[in-house]
Amino acid sequence: MARPTPATVPEERREGAGFASRRAGDRCLVLWFPGWPVTAWALSEGEDAARPVAVVSANRIVACSPEAAAEGVATGQRRREAQSRCPSLLVLPADEARDNREFAQVVESVERLAPGVQVVRPGVCALRARGLSGYVGTEAEAAEVLLEAVVVALGPTSGRVGVADGMFTALQAAYAANPVGIVPTGSAASFLAPLPVSRLGDESLTTLLPRLGVHTLGDFAALDAAAVRDRFGQQGLRLHIQACGQDPSLVQPRVPPPELTRQLDFEPPLALVDQVAFTSRAKVEEFIGALTAAGLACTELRVELTGELDELVARTWLTPGVFEPAAVIDRIRWQLQAAAGGQLNSGIVSLRLEPVAVDALVNHVPGLFGSGTDERVHHVLSRVQAMLGHDGVVTPRIGGGRWLAERQVMVPWGDRPVLGTPAERPWPGRVPDPLPAAVFAEPRPVQLQAKDGEAVRLDDRGQLCGQPSVLRVGEERLAVAGWAGPWPIDERAWDPARHRSASRFQVVDDAGTAWLLVLQAGRWWAEARYD
Amino acid sequence: MTLSELPRTELLARLRAQVAVKEARIRQAPFPVHPELAALLPDGGLRPGSAYSLTGAGALLLALLAEPSREGHWCGVVGMPDFGAEAAAQAGVALDRLALVPEPAEQWLATTAALLEALPIVAVRPTGRVSEGDAAKLMSRLRDREAVLLVDGPWPRAEAQLSVSNLRWSGVGVGYGYLSSREVTVTVSSRRSPLRRSARLVLPTPNGRMAAAVAVEPVSGLRAVG
Repeated sequence: MARPTPATVPEERREGAGFASRRAGDRCLVLWFPGWPVTAWALSEGEDAARPVAVVSANRIVACSPEAAAEGVATGQRRREAQSRCPSLLVLPADEARDNREFAQVVESVERLAPGVQVVRPGVCALRARGLSGYVGTEAEAAEVLLEAVVVALGPTSGRVGVADGMFTALQAAYAANPVGIVPTGSAASFLAPLPVSRLGDESLTTLLPRLGVHTLGDFAALDAAAVRDRFGQQGLRLHIQACGQDPSLVQPRVPPPELTRQLDFEPPLALVDQVAFTSRAKVEEFIGALTAAGLACTELRVELTGELDELVARTWLTPGVFEPAAVIDRIRWQLQAAAGGQLNSGIVSLRLEPVAVDALVNHVPGLFGSGTDERVHHVLSRVQAMLGHDGVVTPRIGGGRWLAERQVMVPWGDRPVLGTPAERPWPGRVPDPLPAAVFAEPRPVQLQAKDGEAVRLDDRGQLCGQPSVLRVGEERLAVAGWAGPWPIDERAWDPARHRSASRFQVVDDAGTAWLLVLQAGRWWAEARYD
Repeated sequence: MTLSELPRTELLARLRAQVAVKEARIRQAPFPVHPELAALLPDGGLRPGSAYSLTGAGALLLALLAEPSREGHWCGVVGMPDFGAEAAAQAGVALDRLALVPEPAEQWLATTAALLEALPIVAVRPTGRVSEGDAAKLMSRLRDREAVLLVDGPWPRAEAQLSVSNLRWSGVGVGYGYLSSREVTVTVSSRRSPLRRSARLVLPTPNGRMAAAVAVEPVSGLRAVG
C-alpha cells in the first residue's frame, strides 16, 4: 500500500484553504453531556444516577456513569467484561427515543438564553458563540451561563462546553474541557495536532491511518490535501479539512416546534360546568386552529383542570377521528361532571389543553365524494355521546374472567380498550356454551325454594339441601321444571379483597326460560337469563 | 319493428320487465338473514326502510343481527343494558361493528333516530309506550336511510311480528346435566300476508347459533348414566 507522499501543490489548487479567512470570527460553542443515555434514563425514570450504571447497545457499552467508569467500565466494552469489572453494575438497554426526548429539555433551556441551537446528537448541541458571548461579556462567561441554565432546568449534570473555530474543534475542546475549554481564534490546528486520529470518527479511516504511520490529527493534517483526496476521496478530504482546524460546517439552527399547548386561567374561579365550557370556547377554537394551521389533526388530547384548592383533574381522551372544537368542549364538560364532588371541591382556576398524539391533517380530510361508512358512524356515535355523556355509547370487548358480567368489557366509544386479562386462557369454572343472551350488569336477588317453602341451601359438604321447586324473581313465582348444579367457583383465595366463593346453578322454569343462578354466602342471585 | 307493432301480450311482458328492472335499481336488496328465517320472512330478509317487532328477543335478536353484521354492516343496540355481548359474538355478530347505547332513558327515541343516520341495523327496546306519532317520525327516517329497525316489544307500524314460543331446553334434567340447546317455534305474522308462517328451530344450538330442528322420535324411559 503506497503511502501518500507530501507534495507541494500550488496555493490556488488547495481546496478548503479559503475557509479560515472567509469565516474568521464565526465561533462555535458546543455543549456536551458525557454519558447522556445514563442521564436521560435517570431523568425519565426519576432515578439516581450516582451509582454504577451502563447503557448497552448490541452487547457493547455505549455510556456509563462516572461511578461505573471509576470501577473500570469503559465505552466499547462487552457487557460481560463490564459486569466482571463491576459486579454491581446496573445494565440498561439503549433507548434512542428516551435520549432524544429528555435532551429536548436541555435544548429548551439553552434556547431560552440563545436562539439558533443545533442538536448534533442526543447529548451534544451547538450554537454560534458570537451573540451570547457578546451579550454576556466573554466566551468563558457565556459558557458558564449556559451550564448554569441547564443545571437550573435539570438538576446537577456534568455538562462540558467547548468554544472554538468550527464545530469539530469545539467538540474536541468540549471533550478536553473541565468544564469549559476555549480554543483561541486561529489556534485550532495546534490544539487538534496532538489528538489521536480516532477522534475523526470514521471507522475505516481511523483504523487505516495508524497502520500508515499517521497517529495524530497533526500528522494527518500535515499530509497534502490533494494526495488525501486522491487516496481517500471526498470523505477523506472532508476529514482532512477538519483535522486542519478548518471545519467548514456551519451551525444549522433548528426551528423550534410551534407551541401547541394552550392554557387558560379563570379569574375569578368558575364554579359551574356551563361557565367553564362557555368561557373556554374561544381558547379551544384557538387551540384547534393552531393545530390545523400546523397541518396537524389531534387524535389524543390531555385536558388538565386545576381547582382553587390546587386539585388537579387530568385525563387523556382519545377519538377514532379528529378532535373538533365542539368535541373538545364536550370532553371538558364530561371531565368536570365526573370529577365534581369527588376529586374537585372548588372553583376552576385554570384549564390546560395538550395534544398528546397528532396525525397529519391530510389523513383526516373528508373525501371529495363524501366520507366512508366508518366516518359517518363515528360522527353519529359522537353526536349521541354528546347527548348522553361519554359512557353513553359503548362497544363491547370480551376479556377474561369466570363471571359473565366481568368478561364483557364495555369500552366507551373512542377509548382504547383496556382488557385486564386475556379471554383465551382456560378459565376453569366459566359457564359452558351456549351462553345466555341477557347478562345482568348487577346480579338480581332471587329466591329458590323447595316444595315446603324453605330456601334451598348447600350444606358444609357442598351438597344441596332440598329439591328446588319454586323460583321467585321479584313478585313472580316460577315453577322449576329442571335444574343442574351446583358448580362451585372459588377464585383468588390469596387476595382477601377479591376472593369470591360461590356455586352456580342452571334452572329452567315451566315456561321454558332458563336462568343462571349463583348461590353466594347463603343468598341467591340471578347472574343471567337464557332468553 | 317498433313497440307499437308488437303483439299485445309481448308488449306487456316487455314493459313489465322494464318496470321490474327500474324498481330493482331503486329498491335496495333486503338484508340477509339465516336461511331458516328467510323462509318465514315476507321478502326473504329484512326489508330496508321497515321495522320488525319481536316478542321474546334475546337469542332471536342475536340471530337476526348476525347475518348483516357478518356482511360488514354496523349494528346498533339501544336500551338493552343486559345485552349479552359474548353470546352475540358466539351467534356471529362482529363486536367491532356493534355500538351499544345501554341506558338512553327517556332519550331513546332521539338516540335511535340519530343512530339510524349511519347504522343500517338498529335494535331498540323502547321504555314505556310508543305513541303513533313517535313511530311515524322514526318510520320516515327509516325509509329515508333505508335502514332496518328491530323493536323488542310491540310497534304500531311493524312490517312483521316475530315471536318465539314453545321453548324446550335440552341437556338439563332434574339435578343433572347442563343446558345444551333449545328448540323453539318462531312464528312470523306479516302485515302483507294474512297467513302466519312458523317453523321449529334450534335457537341456540350448543355453539350459540341457529339451526333447523330435526324431528327426533322421543326416547322415553332412558337416561344417560355413568
